[in-house]
Amino acid sequence: MSLQPVKFYQTGTFTVGNRLLAPEERSVQANMQRTNSLNSGHRACQGCGEALGARYAIDAAMNASNRQLIAANATGCLEVFSTPYPETSWQIPWIHSLFGNTAAVATGIAAAIKIKKQKGQGGDVRVVAQGGDGGTTDIGFGCLSGMFERNDDVLYICYDNGGYMNTGVQRSSATPPAARTATTMPLGPEPGNQFGQGKFLPAIAMAHEIPYVATATVADLRDLEYKVTHAMSIRGARYIHILVPCPLGWGTASHDTIRMARLAKETGIFPVFEAEYGVVKSALAIRRPLPVEEYLRPQKRYAHLFGKSPAVETIARIQALADKNIRKYGLQARKGA
Amino acid sequence: MDKPFAITLNPGSSLANHTGSWRTSRPVYIDRLPPCNNACPAGENIQGWLFHAESGNYEKAWRSLVVNNPLPATMGRVCYHPCEGACNRGLMDATVGINSVERFLGDEAIKHGWKFDAPATKSGKRVLVVGSGPAGLAAAYHLACLGHHVVIREAAAIAGGMMRFGIPKYRLPRDVLEAEIARIVDLGVELHLNSRVDKLPEALKEGFDAVFLGVGAHIAKRAYIPAGDASKIMDAVSVLHDMEGEPDAMPLLGRRVVVYGGGNTAIDVARTAKRLGAEESIIVYRRTREKMPAHDFEVEEALQEGVMMKWLSTIKESGEDGLMVEKMALDENGFPQPTGEYETIAADSLVLALGQDVDLSLLENVPGLAIEGGNVKVDSTMMTGHPGIFAGGDMAGNDRTVTVAIGHGKKAARAIDAWLKGVAFVPPPKAEIATFERLNTWYYSDAPKTLRPVLDIIRRQSTFEEVLGGLDENNALFEARRCLSCGNCFECDNCYGVCPDNAVIKLGPGKRFEFNYDYCKGCGMCATECPCGAIKIVAEEI
Amino acid sequence: MLKQCEGSHAVAEAVALCRPEVICAYPISPQTHIVEGLGEMCKSGELADCEFINVESEFAAMSVAIGSSAAGARTYTATASQGLLYMVEAVYNASGLGLPIVMTVANRAIGAPINIWNDHSDSLSQRDCGWIQLFAETNQEALDLHIQAFKLAEELSLPIMVCMDGFILTHAYERVDMPTQEQVDAFLPPYEPRQVLDPAEPVSIGAMVGPEAFMEVRYLAHAKQMQALERIPQMAEEFQKVFGRKIGGLTHTYCGEDAETMVVAMGSVLGTIKDVVDEMRSAGHKVGVLGITSFRPFPLDAVREALKGCKRFVILEKSLAVGIGGIVATNVRLAVTGLGLQGYTVVAGLGGRAITKKSLHALFIRAGRGELGPLTFLDLDWEVINRQLERERLTRRSGPAAESMLRDLGTVASKIA
Repeated sequence: MSLQPVKFYQTGTFTVGNRLLAPEERSVQANMQRTNSLNSGHRACQGCGEALGARYAIDAAMNASNRQLIAANATGCLEVFSTPYPETSWQIPWIHSLFGNTAAVATGIAAAIKIKKQKGQGGDVRVVAQGGDGGTTDIGFGCLSGMFERNDDVLYICYDNGGYMNTGVQRSSATPPAARTATTMPLGPEPGNQFGQGKFLPAIAMAHEIPYVATATVADLRDLEYKVTHAMSIRGARYIHILVPCPLGWGTASHDTIRMARLAKETGIFPVFEAEYGVVKSALAIRRPLPVEEYLRPQKRYAHLFGKSPAVETIARIQALADKNIRKYGLQARKGA
Repeated sequence: MDKPFAITLNPGSSLANHTGSWRTSRPVYIDRLPPCNNACPAGENIQGWLFHAESGNYEKAWRSLVVNNPLPATMGRVCYHPCEGACNRGLMDATVGINSVERFLGDEAIKHGWKFDAPATKSGKRVLVVGSGPAGLAAAYHLACLGHHVVIREAAAIAGGMMRFGIPKYRLPRDVLEAEIARIVDLGVELHLNSRVDKLPEALKEGFDAVFLGVGAHIAKRAYIPAGDASKIMDAVSVLHDMEGEPDAMPLLGRRVVVYGGGNTAIDVARTAKRLGAEESIIVYRRTREKMPAHDFEVEEALQEGVMMKWLSTIKESGEDGLMVEKMALDENGFPQPTGEYETIAADSLVLALGQDVDLSLLENVPGLAIEGGNVKVDSTMMTGHPGIFAGGDMAGNDRTVTVAIGHGKKAARAIDAWLKGVAFVPPPKAEIATFERLNTWYYSDAPKTLRPVLDIIRRQSTFEEVLGGLDENNALFEARRCLSCGNCFECDNCYGVCPDNAVIKLGPGKRFEFNYDYCKGCGMCATECPCGAIKIVAEEI
Repeated sequence: MLKQCEGSHAVAEAVALCRPEVICAYPISPQTHIVEGLGEMCKSGELADCEFINVESEFAAMSVAIGSSAAGARTYTATASQGLLYMVEAVYNASGLGLPIVMTVANRAIGAPINIWNDHSDSLSQRDCGWIQLFAETNQEALDLHIQAFKLAEELSLPIMVCMDGFILTHAYERVDMPTQEQVDAFLPPYEPRQVLDPAEPVSIGAMVGPEAFMEVRYLAHAKQMQALERIPQMAEEFQKVFGRKIGGLTHTYCGEDAETMVVAMGSVLGTIKDVVDEMRSAGHKVGVLGITSFRPFPLDAVREALKGCKRFVILEKSLAVGIGGIVATNVRLAVTGLGLQGYTVVAGLGGRAITKKSLHALFIRAGRGELGPLTFLDLDWEVINRQLERERLTRRSGPAAESMLRDLGTVASKIA
């Protein structure tokens, strides 16, 4: 379990730091000497969840790898806002190749590292690949699946904000049902994105039976850091799917990014769990259960569900999806959780 | 590395791009006033000393506490803790046991013999303090800390005032009180016992630059109750006072004791009677339990100990057969009205606990000094109508608690200090209050309040041992760590962590944080995710 | 060491001698035998310290190559035809990032209709992708060009395609002189990357470049190819010093000194052409040959120099720029601008159509007589074409052209009912 029942430390491990914790129990982000792998001066929107999630994850990976880390990055917001010529925000060796090939590029890097190490020409350098949901679940899926299947020594991190935000908020296969995007407008008999099977990549990753699959959100730093750190302790293909709210695409206030991620988790909309070799090992229980309306209402992409005549049925269908997650992953609130 | 042009870039070079120019509003760190501090009559910085207690640095916590209150072990026992009533944590699970932690810190100080720091410089001024109750002791302490020479004149043979003569020892063990008084005396305060000031003008002739009066309210209020010869009627002040005398001078109350009144003093007497061996100890009060001025927890403890309550009753007469009691009924305004129904209850003694008056005799012939409603009239700096003469405690207000008195003593001492320097005393401005809505309570761990151990019921009915035990260190630490630190940064690193632009600079332990406005885009996440409401978003100036 | 072996095998062995560190493979005919050979060598340990990765597509193959090359590993892959097209986005990316990957393209036609046989459509579709493209005439040249390619690519930090005709070379058993490891090691220094992903010296590779610098980046890519234009002939000389063979260079001429008709071509067909030229020379025809080894960078000066003395030239190419004609021809014609020469474009051998000596002989005779049109399709079956055109004119739903024509030729079963 990622959440340890610690002695009562005022805020326990909910906050980023806690001066009352033993140094070894403190988060990477609380460290004054943290790497800030993604440096200031990047051009992400105000309150960008992806910028935050990326720094959380990559700093943790840097920490876990003793700063011996190389990152491959898919085309997308993260790439565009971090590396417009003539400045880059990355403080680690980093490469952007294409939109759909990041997992393969990472495989190549891992292969090179393996050989260099074998030849005594290089150390134990680790590789992460990262991309948005479009670059991961859609265009990059083939390369990702290949990397999983070969069990290449790569940690792939998907920052899921539920759409193609970089190109102006279009639908991806990770866009949730009923959500408005530029290509799923709230018009016609079924406004917003269609209801369907969904494409929940963590489950697909698990089907590859790779050593480690986990989900996380930017609302729970300690859980996220634990998962990245744990993933870095494992060799082979690993996948972490991080929910990163997008103020622009979701139509939320820039200061509410973490709150939205928290609501996604607390309503059961986004299950936070980890799995090893295709089997779920643990799930973060809901702490303060809430109906999905609490999550949907602050988001303008769901505005058509409310207004004068609320789309009660649609909301109920979304609630049913959350309820299914709660049952499937055992997210029921537990006492003292 | 001979890097290819444009496609390959130097690490972290985006620092050249000052995204702060995007900002339309900016976060600023502020210290809001925690509701506990706001509610404390002694003006304690509760959140401030809890902060140190949280990390287990009890001496630092105690030193922070005694900046405002020199009697934490005492206050940790007898304060009615309005702080806890205001505590935001009460809206989450249960209020923080501030009072218990204060007592723990006070007891630690006694255990370890921590002393006050002597003042760095002496002012050469002499200040007379009349009375060694909480107000006088507090004033003496603060004045001494400010470098003034303090002479306390106490009428009784023993110091402490109402803390000694009004509060039973099962609530405040005398060794605790004495240890805390001794510590103040150790600051160089002259304490003269059996030194009643009868005439203030005369006392002033001994050469004082200022005076603080804290003589309390010792004169019991009486009610006219027709009584036969055999009736034994006493007042609560005397009973409690006699408890402090020699063991053979203990008050003789008999087997059946009736206490008349509804305040905390009535409860104290009724519980004392039980401990002195009374089989029945009955409180007669003219209104209902809800209307009783005594604190509910004290009523509850008294009931647990077997004290009986007779609500809606007035005593009409005391005779051979006992007390004649008339039943009352509340009218539409909640006032008790006689019903004409009577009953008789047996009683060996009747103790009147109907409040106290101030003995104002020492103030005769002091020019300018005004009396109002039986109290000395003071201005907002605790100064009486006579320049240089200040007053506080029970004699200067209607809210007569130890805590209020200690607050008066502090306030008066600071005003005296200013007066002695010839400047006007200006209290520091109050920050806005850190209300519950300012907090992001998600971040606080769930943790119920630790209850102090309560003395076994049989023992406390018959002995004067302290009823409420103290917290042990683990519990005290746990309790301190339940503090939400409302409105004041407790270095949780949330702002430092949640900023997507790394625009928060961590300055290191105890030094808090700074915003780097070169990069802060003004998203406001730091303020939203600050657990304790110590960040405010303000509009950016053009 | 002389040995008789399959072209693919010769290339695999030459690549192995270059001590590659990462090889990624995805099967597509006719390059498959090369990576099969390398895979076997890696698995057996014969090729040590090399990671052989079976990827899930050509797009992944080139992407893996991008990653490994950027991380400092000498990287090789091979592809052909549809595979090359499938990886195109990554092909452009590799050159844009300046990664010295060496890739064999076993040249093959592009569908539809699907066709596994040789022509140059695949490589030439990528003429502007920023890679250096070297075309091998023989298996010996193919294997030697690979050794030169690694050295040149790494020097310039540019990727190189070594193009060899599918089946005609890849599957042909020929005698080759296989270099020794010592020779290769003496010629090819270890890979010293210009830029590398290294935690000790972090950089960001692959920045987004806007209008303010994009033109300059593109010009620099061009300038690098211009540098290659100088280095390629030098490389051939250096190679000769170590290996004793003159291989590579920008172009080769054969019987060009006094030729009135020059035939320009690339790849294995040059062998057939030379045979025809030999025969025609015996009969007194002044015919010569210009073989182009380096198609990118295109050696404008060398081609002009080689052709300036002739009266006419025939460009025989295994590719077609649909809607205009030749691809190689367009480049060659640019080289001779202003010389006032008569030029003929001949498209031949598409999809593996045999280019026979007989046809070439007749073609060159007609060229010499000035009887050729500007664009000729060698050995086209006009009967089939005319029938199909007529069919399409008459019937809207005339059906798929390829299948209809094959039916005309009787090579597939007639339609049922």
